[in-house]
Amino acid sequence: MNKTDALIIGAGPTGLFTAHQLKLIGLDCEVVDNLDKIGGQCIELYPDKPIYDIPAVPECTGEELTNNLINQLKPFDIRFHLKERVDEVKKENNNWIVKTNSGKIFATPNVIIAGGVGSFEPRKFSPKDCEKFENRSIFYSIKDKSIFKGKTVTIFGGGDSALDWAVELSSDSYVNLVHRRDEFRAAQATVDKVHELVKAKKINLFTKYQMIGVKGSKKLESIDIKHDNEKTKNIKTDYVLGFFGLIMQLGPIANWGLNINKKTIEVDTEKFETNQKGIYAVGDICSYPGKLKLILSGFHEGALAARACFKLARPNEKYRFEFTTSSKTIKNRLGVKGD
Amino acid sequence: MAKITYITNDNQTHEINVQNGLTVMEGAVQNDIPGIDADCGGGMACATCHVYVKEDWLNKLPKKEDGEEDMLDMAFEPKKNSRLSCQIIVSDELDGLIVNIPSKQA
Repeated sequence: MNKTDALIIGAGPTGLFTAHQLKLIGLDCEVVDNLDKIGGQCIELYPDKPIYDIPAVPECTGEELTNNLINQLKPFDIRFHLKERVDEVKKENNNWIVKTNSGKIFATPNVIIAGGVGSFEPRKFSPKDCEKFENRSIFYSIKDKSIFKGKTVTIFGGGDSALDWAVELSSDSYVNLVHRRDEFRAAQATVDKVHELVKAKKINLFTKYQMIGVKGSKKLESIDIKHDNEKTKNIKTDYVLGFFGLIMQLGPIANWGLNINKKTIEVDTEKFETNQKGIYAVGDICSYPGKLKLILSGFHEGALAARACFKLARPNEKYRFEFTTSSKTIKNRLGVKGD
Repeated sequence: MAKITYITNDNQTHEINVQNGLTVMEGAVQNDIPGIDADCGGGMACATCHVYVKEDWLNKLPKKEDGEEDMLDMAFEPKKNSRLSCQIIVSDELDGLIVNIPSKQA
């Protein structure tokens, strides 16, 4: 069991700055995120897109903003638990007991939800029957590529993941690549490579096709794909891979007894606390009158929620407001010399 | 101002007067029309405000920007008449526009 003063759910910009604020006032914290990297939407959805409304930063990309926030946390010792989704939050005496999908357990008086629009999950195929083959013959990510050796693998998608895997698997497997249009959005070098492999008959390319059905009883046997012109084709395949990017889903947060309205969590504007004492929501996921879904609002909300955490984490101490410019205590925490 | 008709997947018709300058996505979200999630809030980064535009309107709409078609690759059951509603800005010329909302956004 991990004990901490505050557990932050979500490693996007708001979660990161909230961690900074907690450490600055002398509280411990740990951060959980379902993605395999730090940065949330900034790194997953728009790493290269410029952002123009971060105070005092005229222009930066999602990736640059994330890297700067990570740098700002350098003085502190913060544990990140990536590729973990929080599934359960339960009250036990004065603590919240938080469990992740991999079985990690945290005990903490404060839980700060900085979960954006929810956790990122893979987008899936639309035919319902695909579910019954999921994780057996149909995959949305690859853990062990050796299972594809000598087999027929049908890959759907037009981005880097789909094309990279088509190239990679074409050496040992029979690869079909299916995409809804002729243009690909992957890196040009990969697109060129795919076209070479298509010419060399190492990859079977089907463009303007989409999946409409799967066939097979115990084992996947074949799939039906449909062309833009309505004609359908049946292709035999052992495995199907779908790479349609990620989507945000509120997921288990909906079951924690919080007041949820239109996928956002209602909070007060003093502590950014939810209807549950010791659970706070900050950033895009919280709502209150006048809420703006801006990164800068998330920073403000995190700063206030962090101060609110102090009371529950240090019930016998009084929080004193201090400036980073003048406080010796804060400078010690930051590891910088005072003057 | 333009009258926009949103038809949900269960064939409910919602006629909404949307102010110029708002997007077709915002017109739906502000009027609680179900089926448009708009997770990223209009940043052309999530493909969860996907709609099908009535065929005869397709050519009357402002053209897709680079990137919209890329995002549509990720949409749920994209078709030739697919658009991201956050990229369609309402003006008087769009009066009478009809969009169908897919069964799911993901």
